[in-house]
Amino acid sequence: MSEREAILAGLRAARPLEAPPAPDYAVIAGKGWDPAERLLRLKRCMAAVRTEFIEAWPDDWPRAVVDWMLREQLPDLLYGPGTAEGRALAAAWPDQGPRLRPYDRPVESFKRELFEEVAAGFTTTLGGIAETGGLLLAPGPAEPRLLSLVPPVHLALLRADRIFDTLFQAFRELGWDRGLPANALVVSGPSKTADIEQTLAYGVHGPKRLIVVLAG
Amino acid sequence: MSAELEVDFLAASTRALGDPQLRRNFRRAMDGLMAKRAAAFADPDEWTRMRALGASIRAKNLLKLPELLERLELNLCKNGIQVHWARTTDQANQIVLDLLRARGVTALVKGKSMVSEEMGLNHFLEAHGVEALESDLGEYIIQLDGEMPSHIIMPAIHKNKDQIARLFSERIKQAKYTEEVDELTAMARTVLRRKFLEAGAGLSGVNFAVAETGTLCLVENEGNGRMSTHVPPLHLALMGLEKVVERLEEVAPLYSLLTRSATGQAISTYFNLISGPRGPGELDGPREVHVVILDNGRSRICQDPELRATLACIRCGACMNHCPVYTRIGGHAYQAVYPGPIGSILTPQVEGAGLRHELPHASSLCGACAEVCPVGIPITHLLIRLRREAGHVLPGSPVRGGGGARSRREDLAWRAWSWVVGHPGAYRAAVWCATRLWRLLPARAPVLEAWTRSRAKPRAAGASLQELARRKGVDHV
Repeated sequence: MSEREAILAGLRAARPLEAPPAPDYAVIAGKGWDPAERLLRLKRCMAAVRTEFIEAWPDDWPRAVVDWMLREQLPDLLYGPGTAEGRALAAAWPDQGPRLRPYDRPVESFKRELFEEVAAGFTTTLGGIAETGGLLLAPGPAEPRLLSLVPPVHLALLRADRIFDTLFQAFRELGWDRGLPANALVVSGPSKTADIEQTLAYGVHGPKRLIVVLAG
Repeated sequence: MSAELEVDFLAASTRALGDPQLRRNFRRAMDGLMAKRAAAFADPDEWTRMRALGASIRAKNLLKLPELLERLELNLCKNGIQVHWARTTDQANQIVLDLLRARGVTALVKGKSMVSEEMGLNHFLEAHGVEALESDLGEYIIQLDGEMPSHIIMPAIHKNKDQIARLFSERIKQAKYTEEVDELTAMARTVLRRKFLEAGAGLSGVNFAVAETGTLCLVENEGNGRMSTHVPPLHLALMGLEKVVERLEEVAPLYSLLTRSATGQAISTYFNLISGPRGPGELDGPREVHVVILDNGRSRICQDPELRATLACIRCGACMNHCPVYTRIGGHAYQAVYPGPIGSILTPQVEGAGLRHELPHASSLCGACAEVCPVGIPITHLLIRLRREAGHVLPGSPVRGGGGARSRREDLAWRAWSWVVGHPGAYRAAVWCATRLWRLLPARAPVLEAWTRSRAKPRAAGASLQELARRKGVDHV
């Protein structure tokens, strides 16, 4: 008998029990917040863990990103060229000033550059979570996984009309309960730790700053 | 791992109690964690309903374990994640080593995994020439000092920043001495970023594994989990078989209960859902993802309808944060991978009720652990059950080593007591003697000495309750 069979046989030998009461999800479902309330809650929760916000008009956010990069004097921004937002960003990018670098090669060919040079990464999001704060990301071929992880600054585009009440609701509305992309992610702030005397320190392994580009 | 130590809870806890620095570190940390948790569950009605939801989800999943594990395996495979089964920690270690060797990997970066602690994986790999580096800041700190975690969520909670500052300045090349937490954190970042970049494989634990979608969920704040699972070409995930949940929507409340109970956070910084290796067209991510599903006594525990609740645990650590015993002796005194109340019920079931018979007694049965448990594990009941297991072979119990701590002296004492209380004449005589002669008994008398070593000898009443009642004219006593 293989280990697998032995383990499963052991589990099947368990004495049957009465079924527990069916889970009642009412307590986490249906917050019923209006869009303004959702936005307010998301901002409050995320700002509390040191997330920064750039406010922009729905069609003018690339300019806001450029302005922010200039203000912060960051040398370059890595982005995924395969998305509509990536193309909009490239179209608005000025010839002078910070470099806009496409993430268009397998990571193996520029791992060291990615770790040691790139100052900031830009990604889109699928939306946000009002109850707790948090951005929903689904990296993939158009927007590689490490864009939102390795560069010290992560800029994330959030459409103000794409904020869900709860993670529970987001799972359902994004259809993730039926199947997920190879990697999906919730990010609620910059990387942090409290492992030394419970003292909060930001920027331990992941991005030191999270900037939400809020469009709408 | 704990088998290598000489197990002596009494000695270890006595030592810990005599260490004022350790006690200050724990008191401060646990007070902080308790306050944060309380603030996160400020609405008692919401807490009650959330806990009921969490408990019902976990109970339902445990009831369907074999079926869910098969579905999980099927869906993980569909997603391109390879599944391995291990009955023992030895088998699990071997699986990990074989996977690494077949790919020529000599350096592994690790995200936090309690199952890997259970396996003693780091020692095993190092003995076989593979460097296993912890990347969670707390785990990194204790690995530098050659220690075990003293808490399942905050492994280095027993150390204060002066101790960590000294450790870093001694063990990290070119590190200067600093007590600034931000600078200490930055040092670890610099060292570990290089390791993430170079490691041939990354290892992680699993907080929840979703059967329906074939997904591994990882909860973390630092980003080292994402680094370990997405930067190296190979990702190995270790999970206890009880981690499986049926559907993704069940994860939402469990995740909320986990972070709020553990650290009072409404949500962690990162919630990472992994459902496959690097896909077609993807430019990064691991080429291969493997999961090792570990039993290590769990399927045995599952057979007992009462003990099964132990497996509902989502490893939040709230029971230890609220335990008056844990707060005073710290995690190391338990000499077990899982300290605190959850460890005191889990360890005897895994390692043997007789061998670890002291652990279920490391509790005042105040019930704080059960009160804060987000999935409603009746920890106090299970502590009592395991106290009985230690001294008696209970028919049908799956616990090994039951009755292993039986003492002939104790047996004899109980038999004598039971005979005395069964014979009214003998009982009256015994009580008469005890109340009159108690005063003459020296405080340091054998047996009594175990109590009076740290307490005053109690004073006995001059007459028993029955005698007093009779004097008052109650004649049917």
